[in-house]
Amino acid sequence: MGTAHQGFIVASYAITALVIAALILRALIDQRLQARALARLEARGVTRRSQARPAGRPAPEAG
Amino acid sequence: MWSLANPTRFMALAGRILPWLAAASAVLLAAGLYLAFFVAPADYQQGETVRIMFIHVPTAWLGLFFYTLMSLSAVGTLVWRHPLADVSQKAAAPIGAAFTFVCLVTGALWGKPMWGTWWVWDARLTSMLVLLLMYLGVMAMWRTVEDPGRAARAVSILTLVGFVNVPIVKFSVDWWNTLHQPASVFRLGGPTIHASMLWPLLVMALAFTLLSAALHLAGMRTEILRRRVRTLSILEAERLDREAA
Repeated sequence: MGTAHQGFIVASYAITALVIAALILRALIDQRLQARALARLEARGVTRRSQARPAGRPAPEAG
Repeated sequence: MWSLANPTRFMALAGRILPWLAAASAVLLAAGLYLAFFVAPADYQQGETVRIMFIHVPTAWLGLFFYTLMSLSAVGTLVWRHPLADVSQKAAAPIGAAFTFVCLVTGALWGKPMWGTWWVWDARLTSMLVLLLMYLGVMAMWRTVEDPGRAARAVSILTLVGFVNVPIVKFSVDWWNTLHQPASVFRLGGPTIHASMLWPLLVMALAFTLLSAALHLAGMRTEILRRRVRTLSILEAERLDREAA
């Protein structure tokens, strides 16, 4: 592919790869942050009103 | 279909689909890159630079597709108050913006050697830039209103106003004299591209589509988690208030 325009082609694919990598990383990091925050709240005993239940009753479906 | 309106069911289903989507997009991307670099010939006019088209064209399609998806979700928010519609809208915006950005940058990188300029204010390029600005406006508006429900209604109106630009982007090359070439794949009379270049392009387009679908599902799942965190944080603050009183 050694052409006069090789730099333009390489730059195009490199920028695309960077943007896609950033999208994937952002998705993974954001998901992990929210899951951790939710787990911390639930560990402190905070539940939604719809999930509040008397002791001994089975827990509702996760979500 | 309507049962998916339940976020819990959506979370479970999306969680099962996501790994398959991600794997399929990775395999197709590898195949598409192989076809684009080792099978597709150099163009008789553009030379090797034609290989930029294999990313420029799919990202242009997805930039338009995600704005259309946001507009459909906006209708779902305003008309049906669908529980997942505004979640879908919010998750779609950064993905659509990223693809539109890549489309503009790769277009400029193709334009410099082929047209002799990075940029011209022709109708296709300008309307695509407007599309990127609309995405950025929508993303900014999500951050201006704290309550997600109220933010969704405001964003929906802005999104639907901006949808006017989507057919302008698509038909700009027909309505005005542009430096940008007219449609060569989705057109009456069939594609004008030779099969040796069309197939790599279609494989790359499918790979990008599956990748973006995986990113969208992942973004929607995270947004649902974010709203649960917000709800629980408010409940905890209320409980602490009651205990302090």
